[in-house]
Formats: sequence, structure tokens, C-alpha cells
Amino acid sequence: MLIESGSPVAADNRIGISLTINGQQRELQVAPWTTLLDLLRERLDLTGTKKGCDHGQCGACTVLVNGTRVNSCLTLAVMKDGAEITTVEGLAGLANDGAGSNGLHPIQAAFIEHDAFQCGYCTPGQLCSSVGLMNEGHAKSRDEIREAMSGNICRCGAYTNIVDAIEDVMQGEAR
Amino acid sequence: MNRFDYVRAGTVAEAVQAFAGAPDARFIAGGTNLVDLMKYDVERPGRLVDITRLPLTGIEERDGGLRLGALATNADVAYDARVRERYPLLANAILAGASAQLRNAASTGGNLLQRTRCYYFYDTATPCNKREPGSGCPAIGGVSRIHAIFGTSEHCIATHPSDMCVALAALEAVVQVAGPAGERSIPFAEFHRLPGDAPERDTNLAPGEIVVAVDLPARDFGQNVTYLKLRDRLSYAFALVSVAAALELDGGTIRTARLALGGVAHKPWRNARAEALLVGKPAERASFQAAADLVVAEAKPQAGNAFKVELARRAIVRGLEQAAAGTPQSITDKRIQ
Repeated sequence: MLIESGSPVAADNRIGISLTINGQQRELQVAPWTTLLDLLRERLDLTGTKKGCDHGQCGACTVLVNGTRVNSCLTLAVMKDGAEITTVEGLAGLANDGAGSNGLHPIQAAFIEHDAFQCGYCTPGQLCSSVGLMNEGHAKSRDEIREAMSGNICRCGAYTNIVDAIEDVMQGEAR
Repeated sequence: MNRFDYVRAGTVAEAVQAFAGAPDARFIAGGTNLVDLMKYDVERPGRLVDITRLPLTGIEERDGGLRLGALATNADVAYDARVRERYPLLANAILAGASAQLRNAASTGGNLLQRTRCYYFYDTATPCNKREPGSGCPAIGGVSRIHAIFGTSEHCIATHPSDMCVALAALEAVVQVAGPAGERSIPFAEFHRLPGDAPERDTNLAPGEIVVAVDLPARDFGQNVTYLKLRDRLSYAFALVSVAAALELDGGTIRTARLALGGVAHKPWRNARAEALLVGKPAERASFQAAADLVVAEAKPQAGNAFKVELARRAIVRGLEQAAAGTPQSITDKRIQ
């Protein structure tokens, strides 16, 4: 099916898309140059997802698209028409019991338990990336977790505790 | 980012049609490189043709090899059970590059078509013959740590940044393309170009042509392969030098040798004479050193990247040793055995 936005010089060439964001279906009109990150933060007030570098280098903007982790800053919203998006605000809703303990996803609880953050700016991306990593199921060992999390930079240097938290949740799921 | 027209194509024919008559159009799939370049105003397309809905995501058996759909993501390919078992060289090269998030989005076709990460190419305040033909190349005589030592020209010393392509070059993959003039096959060695006097052209694709698949030949070299990548940090960094090595052995004698280098040229760098030199030789260090010496003899480094010559020489020897021993470089255990 061919969908065209019309002329690039037209002032109002917005395109209608449908996204399911944290379980809620949204019908949205977006300009084609709007990134998923800017849509979430500027239009939908889902400011948990952070803009760090805005160039795919830091991972702070990581969200789940159809369960897969991607950099929302390098994703044009219009191209994800029909997708399911999960941001840090929706992680608890993914937990088995609907909310998890204390209304948190197990990975969020584990980050608190293991002191896996300091300033917290990278944390929403780290959390979404951790869930994506566990969905992928490729990383098993500590070295593999470290390698698979290399797209998320933490300038406070909480890496060791982040790996502890992920290992903890993975071992809990294996039990 | 500039304003642009957006077209979502449902078939290859629609995509090719949407490109026709729009010379400033770009195809977009994963977008991990193109959207970034648009944010820097390096790319200012008048039209984006979204090809993500085309039926090109599959990985299929073909003629004893595998056909990788152009829209199979880097992660799809790297974790495909057949690729891991039969083409560990390709799986390891892909996993040596980028981050998990980027590999989940980036496509096979897009990996081939990504642009150089030369700082001057990215900085629109500086001249660059690749970005603006005829404006000059400040990397020559400038900051050239990441730049090429082979196949350069007086107009451009940029490198191709891909890891995946280095493995595809060693495996002698074939690129399937479609365009206004129909379909054709391009051997991997002829897909990318050296800069010459037209560094603005990275590949030999004609305007409006689209990559539809990459074919892996039946010959897979089994476990006698390695992808050895040397870089400034142990993950999520482009190669300073990388080596894809693949050998076929008769006992201790080399029957076939493939050697491709990344991070050192405008395209994955192969040297037919070095590969031929290895044939019939014992699979041992002296043979590998002779081949490495032959390769680096042609290097023409800048002041800023002269270190790459010795780095490449040693990486070739070590890579061939890993391939001969059937002990590919581990992606997670960073120690170089």
C-alpha cells in the first residue's frame, strides 16, 4: 500500500498513525520528521524516556518497540505506525502480576536493591534495555550481559551494579 | 532536520517508482545512519521512501548457501541458527559492531550503504569532497587517526565503517539489487568503490537502485574463520583495524585463503596476491607473516594513522593464526588468544 504525505513544502503534511503506547492505543497526527523520542516527550508528556546525545550513541532514549529495544532518537514515529511501544512508564505493566512488587517491574526493584544508579538520567534507558536483553534471551553469562548492555552509557559509572541487578532478575526467572 | 516528503512503499516496484523523478530522495529502512546524518544536515533528502513494509525480511536457503533479505535486521542475521552454525565469521562480525539497540533496527541493506564516520564528513562547517565534491579534504594532513591507509586518493581518505561488510567480502557474497532498469547481481568486491576522483560515490549502485538481498555462497569455511577487531574501547566502537580471515586446510597445508581488512580503506580491503601467496603453504606463522608483509607493503598512511600499518600487520598474522586453529575471536571474552 502506497502512502504519501504530499509535498514537503506543504505546511501541514501530517500523517495519521496508530500506536499502542504502554497498553493504550493512540491515534496521532505526526509530521514525518518527528522522532519517536520527541513524540513521546514533547507531545505525549512521557518524559521518562530521556534525550541524551540524540544520535544513538548513549542509549538514554532506549524504548521497546514490539518488545525489541531500539534507540527512539533514531526512529521516525511515522515509520512505526501500528507498533506497540513500551517506555519506562509502562514497564510495571509488563510484569507478570500486572504491577510487580511495589508497583514496579522486577528489574526496577532490582535496580533499587542493587543501587544500580546514581544521578538516574540513564536509568530509564538502562531499564528498557535490560528488559529488551532478557526478551532477546542471548546473554547468559556476566560477560555476555556486559557486552549486550554496551549501548547504554552511564557516566556515573554504575555498570557493576547494573549487571548485578540484571543477573539477579535473570536468575530469579530461571528459578 | 529538514522538511521532507514521506512515501511508504508496499512493494519493491512501488519503492523504485517513488524514487523516480526525485533525485534528492532516499530510501529508509532502519534509519540508524540516515536519520543521524539528517540531524547533522549532512543528508537533506527531499523525499524519504520508507521500505520497511517490503517483503524482504526473510533468511532463506538458496543454492546450498543462504539468501539474506535486505530488511533482515543485523540482529536477525547474527542470531539466525543457520548463520551461527555455518557462517560464524558473519555472525561474529555483526556482533562486533554497534550496540544491541542499533543491531535490532539496522538492516542488512542499510549496513552495506552506511556512510563513513570521518569527522570532516560529519562536520558541515568543514570542506569534504565526499559531502561536497570539489570542496577539499581536510583529513589529508589533518586529524586522521581513523582514516584509510590503503586505496586512498588525493581527494578522500575516508574508511567504510562496517564490520559486517568485511565478513561479506571474505565470504564473497553477492548483492542482489532492483531498480528502474530491472534486477542485477553485483559481486561483493565490486559493490563498494575506492574514492578515486569521485569520493561522493560510495558504491556502484545506480540512482534509484535498491538492495533486495545478499546471497551467501555455499562455501562456508566452517570453524576455520575469525573476525578480529581492534578498537579504542572493547565494545561499541568502530574498528581501527579489523581482520576477517577464512581458511580451507588440507591437514597442515592451506588450500584456500580469504583475508579482508576493515577500518583501513574506503571498502573492505582484500589483496589477491597475499591470498594466493598462502595457497599451498603450511598453516603456520612464517606463512602468515609473509602474507601480512605483502599486504602492508602497499600502505600509504598519514601522519595520524601510521600506527595502523604495524597494527594491521600484526592483526593479519594473529587473525590467520586464529582461523588456522579454528578458534574464532570471542565477542565477549576480549582477550586475544
